[in-house]
Amino acid sequence: MPLKLEIVTPEARIFSDEVDTVVLPGFEGEMGVLPSHAPLVTTLQCGELRYTKAGKVTELAVGEGLVEVTGNTTRVLTDMAMHCDEIDEKSVEDALARAKQTLESLKQSDNHEEVAAAMAMIQRTTAQLQIKRKRRSV
Amino acid sequence: MPSTRDIRRRIKSVKNTAQITKAMQLVAAAKMKKAQDQASNGRAYAEMMNKILVSLKSSAEEGIHPYFSEGKGDKTLVLVIATDKGLCGALNTNLLKKVVTAQLEGEVEFVTIGRKASQGLGRLRKTLIADFPIKDPAKFAETRTVGKFLQDKFLTGEYKKVLVAFNNFINTVTTIPSMEQILPVNPVTLGGKRNFDESSKDVNPVDVPDYTFEPNAATVFETVLPQYVNGTIYQMLLEARASEHSSRMVAMKNATDNAKQMLKDLSLEYNKLRQAAITNELLEITTAKMALE
Repeated sequence: MPLKLEIVTPEARIFSDEVDTVVLPGFEGEMGVLPSHAPLVTTLQCGELRYTKAGKVTELAVGEGLVEVTGNTTRVLTDMAMHCDEIDEKSVEDALARAKQTLESLKQSDNHEEVAAAMAMIQRTTAQLQIKRKRRSV
Repeated sequence: MPSTRDIRRRIKSVKNTAQITKAMQLVAAAKMKKAQDQASNGRAYAEMMNKILVSLKSSAEEGIHPYFSEGKGDKTLVLVIATDKGLCGALNTNLLKKVVTAQLEGEVEFVTIGRKASQGLGRLRKTLIADFPIKDPAKFAETRTVGKFLQDKFLTGEYKKVLVAFNNFINTVTTIPSMEQILPVNPVTLGGKRNFDESSKDVNPVDVPDYTFEPNAATVFETVLPQYVNGTIYQMLLEARASEHSSRMVAMKNATDNAKQMLKDLSLEYNKLRQAAITNELLEITTAKMALE
């Protein structure tokens, strides 16, 4: 029985198709989902999401969000989801460097919001870079 | 009676105006297409978030999160989403009218997106506490700051509730100024049909399976509710932007049509005057000739 995977961001519906399995970064670490999984709701961490369709593995970089698993449907709501090909390594590296710089300059101040924003940026960009580099080394 | 020269001058200026409005109409039409696509893309997220929250709500107990109950204070915070630029018909006027006539209890404070909102509310001497400039096309990351600000304000407990006023996009010629409550997250409107989201259906609680929460319901709500609020604000902004470009296009189309009609009338008048002048001249020549004989 196939598993329906839907990935949605506020800007677009990124993916909606039937797949065989999904592996995603859940609250307590990586989590695999197979068809007929028990109903589950968890939060999604920054990281990489993999799905297998007809033996072919596809990877996406995802941001924070929410995962809902009901029987044969897995819904992923996140603020970022990018295919490997969409990631531009150069600009991501720049963004990472910028975020690190911001974090460095904020170290003394106690502006928690901006620190959190910079941290989130670092997490997101790192996730993107990891996927890109992994793909290249294969 | 204007001279032919005056009329010629007027024709020229009307022609120029028509050219400008025509260009603006074309630009607005292109932007409208984009904004409408963006708004309809975003609906999938809003709808799904809504669905998941409804199913969560029924399996979670009361008082699990501060976003579910009204704040202690008696003030109301209103986010007004208007446009940055004018020339879009009565869009902003209608929205402000809606905001002003709304029957709100207690003190009301405003947060705005768009220059026209802050200008309009400033003229009416309302209390403005913040203004967020947001570019066009809107990025989700930009609305996150707005969402964060509203949520922080709400969590201080000074405000009873937070509302959002925006122009709801129905179709190209119809936009409806609306006001929606965003905080506290209302268990009644939650899951009910949001009127900016035609495709969403009421969710039947019987269909909702018994979820396992990982790690627990409170933590999930802790992450999901802020995202829900941000997502909803973003969606409302997208609808407002779609309305803006549509109504600007319609307004500019009307202006171009009017200018064309005016050109027609003016040319008619001009030609009449010209003919009258020629007839007059002929008459003078003939009478002069007859006088000589």
